[in-house]
Amino acid sequence: MSIVSSLGAGQDATLDALRSGRGGLKPCRFETVALDTHIGEVRGVEDVRLPDDLAGYDCRNNRLAEMALRQDGFADSVAAARERYGAHRIGVFLGTSTSGILSAELAFRARDPQSGGLPPTFNFATTHSTGSLADFVRRRLGLEGPAFVVSSACATTSKVFANAARMIAAGLCDAAVVGGADSLCLTTLYGFHSLELVSPAPCRPFDVQRSGVSLGEGAGFALLERAEAGPSSGAVHLLGAGESNDAHHMSTPHPEGLGARLAMERALSSAGLRPGDIDYVNLHGTATTYGDAAEDQAITGLLGTRIPVSSTKGYTGHTLGAAGIVEAIISVMALRTGLIPGSPQTRTLDPALRSRYLQANEKGRLDRVMTNSFGFGGSNSSLIFGWAA
Amino acid sequence: MRVHVEGIGLLGPGLAGWAESRAVLTGGSPYAASPAVLAASPLLPPAERRRSVPTVKLAMTVGAEALEQAGRDPATVATVFASSSGDPDTLHQILETLATEQRDISPTRFHNSVHNAPAGYWSIATRCREPSTSLSAHDESFQAGLLEAAAEVAADGWTVGLIAYDLPYPEPLNEARPITGTFGTALVLTPQPTDRCLACLDIDLTRGDEPVSRMADSGLESLRTGNPTARALPLLAALARVGNGGHPETVVLDLPPGGRVVVRVGQPCR
Repeated sequence: MSIVSSLGAGQDATLDALRSGRGGLKPCRFETVALDTHIGEVRGVEDVRLPDDLAGYDCRNNRLAEMALRQDGFADSVAAARERYGAHRIGVFLGTSTSGILSAELAFRARDPQSGGLPPTFNFATTHSTGSLADFVRRRLGLEGPAFVVSSACATTSKVFANAARMIAAGLCDAAVVGGADSLCLTTLYGFHSLELVSPAPCRPFDVQRSGVSLGEGAGFALLERAEAGPSSGAVHLLGAGESNDAHHMSTPHPEGLGARLAMERALSSAGLRPGDIDYVNLHGTATTYGDAAEDQAITGLLGTRIPVSSTKGYTGHTLGAAGIVEAIISVMALRTGLIPGSPQTRTLDPALRSRYLQANEKGRLDRVMTNSFGFGGSNSSLIFGWAA
Repeated sequence: MRVHVEGIGLLGPGLAGWAESRAVLTGGSPYAASPAVLAASPLLPPAERRRSVPTVKLAMTVGAEALEQAGRDPATVATVFASSSGDPDTLHQILETLATEQRDISPTRFHNSVHNAPAGYWSIATRCREPSTSLSAHDESFQAGLLEAAAEVAADGWTVGLIAYDLPYPEPLNEARPITGTFGTALVLTPQPTDRCLACLDIDLTRGDEPVSRMADSGLESLRTGNPTARALPLLAALARVGNGGHPETVVLDLPPGGRVVVRVGQPCR
């Protein structure tokens, strides 16, 4: 598995940031954006060059994906899996919310004043198109199995684990590359601003003074294999996945976190686990007033008030469509290292919230971790990772 | 993967509903491409009805038709939404706004821009909290949706509503990404046969070079190649013929690079 966020590129840089409490949020200087906010921008995306034969896919989102593919030996692991299974037996199930829309935003600024046409250099299929990410990654890794992009807003790169597990269970592939990328763009920066959900200061999940999200970008990938095919010791297992819908509102969570709770219940049930079996929950925790309160209700109602929980969005910002994979990988790193991450800007816990929210890092043995991702449209996903049962 | 078809929805140019279109699809009536008419779903609360954008209207219309035919409460049915794009009108308007000095996006327009907006509206309208996937694979979005829906039926044992839709962009995006007509279709797929079943499908992913199924009528064939969701037309035509008592048929859908989705369409197995 590989990870890139504003904390740095790769698992080591990420772990180092979590250990030292160094967050990735900085005042927004992105492109021509004039908003008073902090963002988690990934350094060096501008300098990434895609392989020559895939240069047509060049856009910020695919560059971010390329950056992650180069980390943590990920591309080599996939190449080895390709030798084992064959290129056509490895699927590619990735998530993004806005794909390469930044390319279309720039193209709309450069329309022909006479005809109104877009510049001829703009390539819709390889940049803006939602499916571009899976197409790029499949070609980049030389894979020929089924491939698609799931775009269920901020739950999307969590949900792809469930899609991949189903595809493997149904026999359509033996392994799958999951994860995805979501990159900064004007659509989401100005869009979240219009909803008045953006904090001017670095976000403070579960703090009594929390005032909204800090946006970020990120990418990450994991190679998922059929459990019986890879019983090597030390392998982390996807133990359970749960998905649900709020059926409540397009951009506001259910006030009692009903959909969130249902996703967690389904994840537990698919893993054959009880609430007490979970050692840590990496929350969705975006630092909006309503969102944190709803998730707190879902957590305390189902898991009680003693399980340590935290949101790592104070470190990375809300990486939107990449939040699922970024936080899945942080959760797996917590499982492997025993480092349970705290929450950098959270100073005074909201007394109305009853979860055991970690402000500072803790150390301890973890056997099973849960990670939550919720999105617009009321889309909810919860994953459980752990050692083999 | 074996799945059973309990309901079918269809809306496209000259294809105003499944029942109305069967004769055209079997070749019994001539095809005439009159524009599809979109309306907001009466299932939605008034605020959401007002805010419905074309993709939401199209997806909800075909989804509701298929679920009604299946006689199922949509609250109990998982969903797969497949489309090559988010709402084209909404994306156009946001991109135009962001190219101005002001950059003031409306909050409603922003939430309507997410690819899973139809899934969100659908769950609000139907009170459905079952799992829902919104996916995209450019020109192969329908094929990808069919595989995902079949995998949910086969691996998880769920009853699944597959809802696929694609609409053209306004200019200038239309020139960069031309899409023909407004086309949506929906299938309710179940793991067990019921007395409502219309057909039985055996779906396989192959590496073969079987010729891809086409439409005999030139108008329907240009719709099939012009709109990603209309790649479903040969499957819908086979469903119409088998539903009329015809022999089982095999439909081949393209899945590049080098793949095919092969669907054997048979009489309902009761």
